[in-house]
Amino acid sequence: MESLSTETVDIGGAESIDDVMQKVAEHKGCGTSGGSGKASCGTAAGENDLPQEIWDKVKNHPCYSEEAHHHYARMHVAVAPACNIQCNYCNRKYDCANESRPGVVSEKLTPEQASKKVLAVASTIPQMTVLGIAGPGDPLANPEKTFKTFELIAATAPDIKLCLSTNGLALPEHVDTIAKYNVDHVTITINMVDPDVGAQIYPWIYWQHKRIYGREAAEILTQHQMRGLEMLTERGILCKVNSVMIPGINDKHLVEVNKAVKSRGAFLHNIMPLISSPEHGTVFGLNGQRGPTAQELKALQDSCEGEMNMMRHCRQCRADAVGLLGEDRSAEFTTDKIMAMEVTYDLESRKAYQTKVEEERLKVAAAKNAELATLAGEDNVDIKILIAVATKGSGRVNEHFGHAKEFQIYELSTHGAKFVGHRRVDLYCQGGYGEEDSLDTIIRAINDCTAVFVAKIGGCPKNDLVKAGIDPVDEFAFEFIEQSAITYFKRYLDKVKTGEIEHKERGDATLRQGAFITA
Amino acid sequence: MTYKIVASQCTSCSACEAECPNVAISEKNGTFVINPKKCTECIGYFDVPQCVAVCPVDDTCVIDNSLPRYQAAGGAA
Repeated sequence: MESLSTETVDIGGAESIDDVMQKVAEHKGCGTSGGSGKASCGTAAGENDLPQEIWDKVKNHPCYSEEAHHHYARMHVAVAPACNIQCNYCNRKYDCANESRPGVVSEKLTPEQASKKVLAVASTIPQMTVLGIAGPGDPLANPEKTFKTFELIAATAPDIKLCLSTNGLALPEHVDTIAKYNVDHVTITINMVDPDVGAQIYPWIYWQHKRIYGREAAEILTQHQMRGLEMLTERGILCKVNSVMIPGINDKHLVEVNKAVKSRGAFLHNIMPLISSPEHGTVFGLNGQRGPTAQELKALQDSCEGEMNMMRHCRQCRADAVGLLGEDRSAEFTTDKIMAMEVTYDLESRKAYQTKVEEERLKVAAAKNAELATLAGEDNVDIKILIAVATKGSGRVNEHFGHAKEFQIYELSTHGAKFVGHRRVDLYCQGGYGEEDSLDTIIRAINDCTAVFVAKIGGCPKNDLVKAGIDPVDEFAFEFIEQSAITYFKRYLDKVKTGEIEHKERGDATLRQGAFITA
Repeated sequence: MTYKIVASQCTSCSACEAECPNVAISEKNGTFVINPKKCTECIGYFDVPQCVAVCPVDDTCVIDNSLPRYQAAGGAA
């Protein structure tokens, strides 16, 4: 807490953000954490709480805090092209500027170029608080480039948090260096703890100057991942675990993975859907391995949530992504452009901007809190609905239906509005297809939702949504999402009570990531 | 014998560059090339050629039997 005290905003001279967040957390039913008497639900509304020191570390980290991802931006620099393992869901040859998924970049950077890029982005986007190295290969298979980049950035932009994402094979040997460079957020991709499962995901690893195949490879990988995770935890470095959900291969097994990583001190688990289109040329894409449906993914995330905090806002972004999660401004910061930029790093104006962001966050929390209080007394109602929200960020319903590249999904119940995921609907790479097709795509993507909240919507799509059983709602334009959602839910419950509407389970929905190429 | 990199297959991931015990690999015009004068196929260093073992795309680091000295010796064996 002390270390980040500059980011705490006093409200009326008495309450800090932590105090307010504490109240929000208590209201959501999160317990308190002994000693400090404070607690918070750092990642999303959930039953688990986070110790104060962890919350302090993640509260402005968009990839670690669901609530923060509406307000803060991140960037990845692609300084680490080499990899030391082969995964069946990855194909490094695929190269498309419109492609958005891990392992894909437009250009790689030297540590010096990366450092300049970070300064340029931080000066242009003051809410950019996090710099990650996530590839496009494995950062720890490129240790010199990775750590040189961290060193340069720490020297020029000391307020930016450093993080990296790794497959874990080379993690144990680099843990001390990671600690030395003050990297306090590490993500490990762990898809299995059983080598027999691993053999179906990883064809080989490169280890001690040899290629090792199959079960033996997976056994070495899982040992290193678990040891690396334990070593990070021992050193107080925050660890998130990413898992790719591959139906029929590790979907059931990920419950075991969840237990294994929780017991070793990971504080957040991010289960992501497999991305597998034949166009990507991955082994899974080519052999027809499907990804999970929206319902399958949510069911697995829900079943693990009792064990630990689950992350549901991951956008599986590129290794050179820039901006808020869900947006990508990397095209504004190509090497040519950044090298031509005059950059002065203005720490003070960044802080001033972030103070404004904190004020906005408090308003979002307070509005939700107040609205939630009006739900009291409805506890015996066992109805849950999903809604889709068109938003540009800041926690508000502020995007036009037709401009939305994704919808954020909230689950509404008498416990309030809980963020449970997002659906991509952007239609690039789909040249030549008309409006009707794109509307069908959107309806398939949010088919499990009762309503869609938008800032504005045209007459035609409105009618089609109603026909599909989805209520288009534009009355909450520019209002806070969660507050509006609870208001909507209260009305929904009232209508169910009076018999005006009948509550029905909606069907499943289609998950889509990466470039969409209509067959 | 010596290895070469099939340029059309190379993803420029640079993994081979760091692993080569002979420092025979460098970047040239966006892809990586092996200097045949330096390549020893890793004999004397490792059991397997490191570029082949680490390369993410199969059949990208391959024996270059087009070099004149191998043709004189009877080509691919």
